[in-house]
Amino acid sequence: MKKIQLIIVVFAIGIFTTSCRKSGCTNPNAINYDSNAKVDDGSCVCTPASGPTPYQLQIPQTFSLYLPAPIIPVSNPMTVEGVALGKKLFFDKQLSGDNTLACAGCHFPTQAFDDTNRFSIGIDGIRGDRNAMPIFNHAWNTGEKFFWDGRANTLEVQAFEPVLNPIEMHDTWPNVVSKLQADESYPALYLAAFSTSTIDSVLTSKALAQYERTLISGNSRFDKYLLRQINLTSSELNGFGLFMDESGADCFHCHGDATNPLWTDNLFHNNGLDASFTDNGLGDITGSPSDNGKFKTPSLRNLAYTAPYMHDGRFKTLDEVIDHYSDSLVYSSTISPLLKHIPAGGVNLTIQEKGDLKAFLLTLTDSSFVTGH
Amino acid sequence: MKKIIIVISVIILIASCKKDETVTPAVEQPTPTVNFLFQQNYDGAAVTSADFGTTKYTNAKGTNHTISKLQYLVSNITLHKTNGEEVDLGGYNFVDLANADSRSYTPTAKVSAGTYTGVSITFGFNENDNTSGAYPDLNAVSWSWPMMIGGGYHFMKFEGMFTDKTGSQTGFAYHNGTASKIVNGGRFHEANHFRLRLWDFSGGFVIEQGNNTTINIKMNIAEWFKNPLVWSLDDYHAMLMPNYTAQKMMNQNGRSVFSFGGTTVSAE
Repeated sequence: MKKIQLIIVVFAIGIFTTSCRKSGCTNPNAINYDSNAKVDDGSCVCTPASGPTPYQLQIPQTFSLYLPAPIIPVSNPMTVEGVALGKKLFFDKQLSGDNTLACAGCHFPTQAFDDTNRFSIGIDGIRGDRNAMPIFNHAWNTGEKFFWDGRANTLEVQAFEPVLNPIEMHDTWPNVVSKLQADESYPALYLAAFSTSTIDSVLTSKALAQYERTLISGNSRFDKYLLRQINLTSSELNGFGLFMDESGADCFHCHGDATNPLWTDNLFHNNGLDASFTDNGLGDITGSPSDNGKFKTPSLRNLAYTAPYMHDGRFKTLDEVIDHYSDSLVYSSTISPLLKHIPAGGVNLTIQEKGDLKAFLLTLTDSSFVTGH
Repeated sequence: MKKIIIVISVIILIASCKKDETVTPAVEQPTPTVNFLFQQNYDGAAVTSADFGTTKYTNAKGTNHTISKLQYLVSNITLHKTNGEEVDLGGYNFVDLANADSRSYTPTAKVSAGTYTGVSITFGFNENDNTSGAYPDLNAVSWSWPMMIGGGYHFMKFEGMFTDKTGSQTGFAYHNGTASKIVNGGRFHEANHFRLRLWDFSGGFVIEQGNNTTINIKMNIAEWFKNPLVWSLDDYHAMLMPNYTAQKMMNQNGRSVFSFGGTTVSAE
């Protein structure tokens, strides 16, 4: 009798414990995943339609310490497949009109994705009129203004333009799309990255932007100094002091500091190059004369690789750049108020100070960034 | 006995599976929504980024100047009720005239309904909050104040061009933050924020549940050059950050810059 009673109790408890647990698909990667299900009933359906794999950016330690999260648009999340596609596209000459020029043809990985030429040469042999900009840390472009004149509001828009530019890749998007669609490898890569094998310009720009966001430089000697892994020389520290001193070289107002390891404010300034402008820069985009002669502040990271300097590449060496800010500033109506002693040409650094400043600037070189791409 | 056991078991089974029974949540009173709108003027004339570099102003000294940048930091906003109660909203807002959205600030702290007499703000950060590197959004816009002159953050960047005493156009960078001076061969740093009580002289304003209340805070930019010290841009226009005297003068003039600008109420 007692046995029967025990069996009944166990049976009741068994019903109790199982009847209250909803069954369904418990695999979060399946397309029919049921977040309420407690018991997997074997109904999960896993197909490629469940989407590409999320990509985790490798964020440098100094960035994690001081900077906001990277800017990743909701409309273009980072994926492993999207980044891989973007990288292949970046190095693919099919994006140009005569299949001779890739993005990497003007943005060399070994030059921090910059060009050693003052003006890059397009497929028709025409020289541009601005120096190519290096590509790194674009995921922290807080102003979301790209190009020297800020004409692109997103990295996706920036990536869209060079294909069409008549003095650069000089192609059309329908033509590029047609070439990529006919390529035996691309449709499958787009399917993996965007769940469609139908290629278009928007997806192509998105893939390029995803790849560009992975180009992160944050491993310079100065980063290591900030992390207390190394010491700097007295000359480098003197240079950093001048950089941070409003009564000294006063570079930090536009070019960042120890807690802004981007080494740019991502804004636009007239830095006293000319008395009148042959290139209005930002002014041509905003239409405001008060913006004439203003250009994007470039990052000071990787200066060892990014010569020549300025929007028009007029300075071949870093010494020329320092001489400009020290001794050769020229007044114009929109010149940055942060530049001082204009009648004297600038703050007139001594030779020793110039050397120290240069020594500091070169501590921002990230040699690990220019290899392995 | 067997029947009893069966009945108890069935009761347990039925009772234990009533997991979906509806629980009526407690009725929660809607919290009023409050935000702050920072408005700039120059002796009454509204100033926006559209004026940058173009609109000419004349300061109390009679010096003509333009404005090309105005960014400032306000923290620890407090609301004052008629019964003396204070509602500390904490946080900070970085106002950048070049970014219209930054003029509006919605604190995360909740505000209770009631009648209020005014607002208190801290211009800049107090000593506890003014910690170098602590705020990623401020770091990314190069808002830091150099360690050699006290560290922390800028409280304001006010820039433009002025006609100097020789008739030339010269830049000014009226930057405010920690005051620093050399004492006995060493650097001495002094906190330079200030706390302001902005009264609603109309008799108070009401914050009601179900309404969105915008509290307007006005900045008269001209006051930075006017009261109580008439500012000479010829004397003080550049390298003001390490200039202790200039920093303390800014601190004095800043106290008349802000005022309560009334409220705007809309239904949520």
